[in-house]
Amino acid sequence: MLKLRDGIVELYKKVATSIPPDVVVALKNAHEAEDGLAKESLGIILENINTARQSERPVCQDTGIPVFHVRMPRGLSQNGMKATIIDATVIATEKVPLRPNAVDILTDRNSGNNTGAGFPVIYIEEVSEDRLRIDLMLKGAGCENAGQTYKLPIEELNAQRDLDGVRRCVLDAVFKAQGRACPPYTIGVGIGGAKDQVSILAKHQLFRRITEISEIPEIAALESRLLNEINSLSIGPMGLGGKTTAIGVKVGTNHRHPASYFVEISVSCWANRRGRLIW
Amino acid sequence: MVEEAVSGQKSAVIIKTPLTKEDVLGLKIGDMVLISGKIVTGRDRVHKYLFNEKPKKDEIPFDLKGSILYHCGPIITKRSNKLKVTSDELLTQTLNTDTELRLIAGGPTTSIRVEMYEPWVIREYGIRGIIGKGGMGSKTLEAMRECGCVYLHSISGAAVYLADRVKRIIDGWKIEEFGMPEAMWLFEVEDFPAIVTMDAYGNSLHREIEKISMENLKILLG
Repeated sequence: MLKLRDGIVELYKKVATSIPPDVVVALKNAHEAEDGLAKESLGIILENINTARQSERPVCQDTGIPVFHVRMPRGLSQNGMKATIIDATVIATEKVPLRPNAVDILTDRNSGNNTGAGFPVIYIEEVSEDRLRIDLMLKGAGCENAGQTYKLPIEELNAQRDLDGVRRCVLDAVFKAQGRACPPYTIGVGIGGAKDQVSILAKHQLFRRITEISEIPEIAALESRLLNEINSLSIGPMGLGGKTTAIGVKVGTNHRHPASYFVEISVSCWANRRGRLIW
Repeated sequence: MVEEAVSGQKSAVIIKTPLTKEDVLGLKIGDMVLISGKIVTGRDRVHKYLFNEKPKKDEIPFDLKGSILYHCGPIITKRSNKLKVTSDELLTQTLNTDTELRLIAGGPTTSIRVEMYEPWVIREYGIRGIIGKGGMGSKTLEAMRECGCVYLHSISGAAVYLADRVKRIIDGWKIEEFGMPEAMWLFEVEDFPAIVTMDAYGNSLHREIEKISMENLKILLG
């Protein structure tokens, strides 16, 4: 699987050094709409995106925690796929370069090559198609730290077990994040009954394009309402005030247990770095 | 040293390290600054180390008095005979003056994580400026007012734009022990842009934005 390994190294490079076109369009629109410090900051961000692409350097020094979502045709080896991703990670760390971000919990030593226990994060699912599809997200840690888990109902937010309760949680999470996670944000929301599952679901929403609207009308309406309401908080780009606190809100749902109603919010910084390799 | 200059259409204040208390007292929230001179990086590990081990000033290879501390975990490569040295080699080799360190990307990291250490660091080491993102809390704001120090908000995620305003990497400290992102690096910067968001008079733009957004949140939650 040598060629696939090189393909994954290239995927790393593309994701680290460029911003997806749909995100760039959203940032340009925000730049148009803003004035003052917000406009100036977004202008520098757009210049940074261009310089990074032209000079083939990472857009942000935090090349994040790599998150892979692999959709694999039947018959391929999961262990083989993981080994290939790990090989590619070691090479990409040196070649792109990526910042070495994997730190041992006990020794505090940086492994130096972005591999370690549970690092990078790899999710694999089997699909009936015969194409291999690898999605990669480089998830910055500043915004990862801004994520929140809520367990409905929450009296202080007057958040009950319904979509309005979800709305209240999302607004609270963005308020708590303020400007610390590099706005304008893309917000991923996962709703369901198992705590671990909603975390993954929320993060997977960040793989969706900014322009993609949920197929469920009620959820599509919630996404659109939340985007407007988050922007009316006036936190703004960099958190220094302005009209654009988020450029997208993406919500995913699972069935839940009658006793549980978890809402997970995964925050992405403006540099929502994601890309896809089809093999 | 502080002087007025015009950057683009907007007037920016040029500041040069080391800073004096008077320099810092001349700055207020909302001011744009362009920083030149030597600055040091330090993030989670550096702060934890300074706070717990309390190294004396002469145990730290860089003079922190009047300096600016940049919350930054950069990507750095080292050039020697080879075009690029691996990150592993960068972690294990001792730096010497013959090697050229290259800053690939170096934007700010989230400052609030070092809130529990920063007031002590400002007081103990005489830091006059903090560059970071997202702002800091009331204890740091109080230490800034007491000692004469400002918070300089950089452009979050503008890592190559800002790296291009770092003229050179002069040296590094604790590279092997803390790792590349967490080491203390000494940079020489030129016209490095930032916005004063916390000043030495106890004002914080972050606190103002939080208040405004809290009012807006209350309306949305009904």
